[in-house]
Amino acid sequence: MTLLLIYVAVFAVAFAVVRLGLKRMMERHDFTSLKTVTFGDESAVRPDRWASVISVITIFLLWGAFTGSSWVPVHAPGPFVGDTEFTYTLEAPDGRTDDATIFARVFRVGDDVQEREIEPGEGFAKNDTITVGAWRSDLILMDRNDEVTRKDGAQVIAVDGKPITPGKTVRVDDGKVVMSSKGSLNFSPAKGMQMEPIWLPPPEDVVARVGEISREGYQNFTLWEHLYWSLYRVIVGFFFGALVGIPLGYAMGLSDWFRGWFDPIVEFMRPVPPLALIPLVIIWAGIGESGKIILLFLAALWIMTISARAGVSGVAISKVHAAYSLGASKWQLMRHVIMPNSLPEIFTGARVAMGVCWGTVVAAELVAAEKGAGMMIMVASRFQLTDIVIMGIILIGIIGYGIDILMRKAEAWLVPWKGKI
Amino acid sequence: MSTLTIENLSMRFDLPNGEHVQALKDVSLELGTGELMSVLGPSGCGKTTLLNIVAGFLAPTEGQITLSGHKVSGPDAERGMVFQQGALFEWMSVRDNVSFGPRMRGQRKAEYKETVDHLLEVVGLKDFKEKAVYELSGGMQQRVALARCLANDPDVILMDEPLGALDALTREKMQGLVLKLWKETGKTIILITHSVEEALLLGERLLVMAPRPGRIHKEYRLPFADNGVGKDLREVKKDPEFAVKREEILSMIWDMEEEIMGRSEGAGA
Repeated sequence: MTLLLIYVAVFAVAFAVVRLGLKRMMERHDFTSLKTVTFGDESAVRPDRWASVISVITIFLLWGAFTGSSWVPVHAPGPFVGDTEFTYTLEAPDGRTDDATIFARVFRVGDDVQEREIEPGEGFAKNDTITVGAWRSDLILMDRNDEVTRKDGAQVIAVDGKPITPGKTVRVDDGKVVMSSKGSLNFSPAKGMQMEPIWLPPPEDVVARVGEISREGYQNFTLWEHLYWSLYRVIVGFFFGALVGIPLGYAMGLSDWFRGWFDPIVEFMRPVPPLALIPLVIIWAGIGESGKIILLFLAALWIMTISARAGVSGVAISKVHAAYSLGASKWQLMRHVIMPNSLPEIFTGARVAMGVCWGTVVAAELVAAEKGAGMMIMVASRFQLTDIVIMGIILIGIIGYGIDILMRKAEAWLVPWKGKI
Repeated sequence: MSTLTIENLSMRFDLPNGEHVQALKDVSLELGTGELMSVLGPSGCGKTTLLNIVAGFLAPTEGQITLSGHKVSGPDAERGMVFQQGALFEWMSVRDNVSFGPRMRGQRKAEYKETVDHLLEVVGLKDFKEKAVYELSGGMQQRVALARCLANDPDVILMDEPLGALDALTREKMQGLVLKLWKETGKTIILITHSVEEALLLGERLLVMAPRPGRIHKEYRLPFADNGVGKDLREVKKDPEFAVKREEILSMIWDMEEEIMGRSEGAGA
């Protein structure tokens, strides 16, 4: 909740500063900036690059601030670490009461810790000492060393002078104490607002993991090998999907019989998510390379078929008529008119297919694989190596984005007339 | 001699509900070499159907078309076609569009280069050879379409409202160009148009068609196309005879439109 409020606040402040402050200094006079009606004119809405940069930086700063990163100067309050103490009041069966102090030492999990040296103190209730890891809690058997114990009928009636009964919570300095149903005390030191590394490691840990795994590897393969294998499967699967799908789509766009024969198959297979085929593919082809490639082939096949079919249907009839009246044969019409005319549709399909394949390969590796990006993060998650999981997710995202950018560049280069007809 | 003969042409489509549409009924005409005939008529009179049958894209239910003695049975390079718009190949440069026909017939570059360069000069696109067609204006695109058709040296050129999508000024300039090309090349041309003025200006012969069933209503022989070659077409329009003919044909088509409206209103009631 606090995080969301901070995020909204950063959004609003950045907007105010950039829009009202900086923009004044660098006014432009191109066509769009001179428009007075911009609200409602979609073409006048261009992504503000300042907003994009600040947005990305904000995410990293918040990530760092809420994980105690050493790269970020400002932190959210961390968990309490150090020595603290509180008292409890024990009441003996005969009505006598006595106070004793519990000396707690809160340490970072993973650091060495020694119990504090303490005096047992006066009276029948004796002082205790405990150690608790940050973000954890500890059950205190406070009457273990007392002269009258709970077995004798004694019970704790107050903590730090505030009355307590089973199930109730009392706030003490640097944490809280809960009384269990059996009358013992459970101490949880204050957690602060930072995330525990096991939930979200700080960015520097993730970066360190990239270095470590690209050098030493994880699960028998280096980071680059894992990513290479995922990409390799996508490219091979997509290649064969396009190799079969595009001619099939053309045939469906050009022949009644092919259209009739394959329509039910394509229309049925298209809405089946490729992920639903994973179990069947594993049964048929195992968890090795061939199974993965068959799955990606199937994922790409229907998308490419449909886009090639749409590309053929999208040829303006006047172009076809023009080509025939200019003396083109069927094959020449195919080669010089239908194929180039369907390229924009095919590229759109290829972009979608590559995206789907990339998603499918990661999912297939999550289920079963010996190597690959998805397998790496799945195994890491079983061992609660959250930094590897986060690193994997970021790299998968970057590669997916990279694939899309490359496809767009190729499209702009090969199909310059797209959208200009 | 490439005489185009259309004999007793009828076209009847069956509709899914069992009814029929008589798109053309008993259309007969003969077009000699080098004649330019414009075709006018209210929408639904079958003029585009007629053109598509002549081009060979549709087979008539009755009658036949012969060109230079042989029967027309499908599209062929002897009958070139110029469309309203969108029939150029965007993935080719202007030059490749114009040389499409010769290339499809297997000519080498040396054989067609001179023709293509000459035609591009005639239509005023010499400096735009290497441009992509989507970079050109609508009028320039139609000039490419004309040059592309002529590069194939067809016997008959079929024009389906080739200037319909252009603005008024460009359209006037293009009308002059069509006349010039017609006289220079001596091609037989059928031109379909919606504009009475254009039909009068360009048509040596003018065919007015009537709808339901599509049929020939009246034919004119006009002097304006011959008079207009190489002249300012606005001068031709000032001819009192031109105004008379325009009024006559306009009211003829107007009456047909009224009749259609009345008939469909009657059917509705």
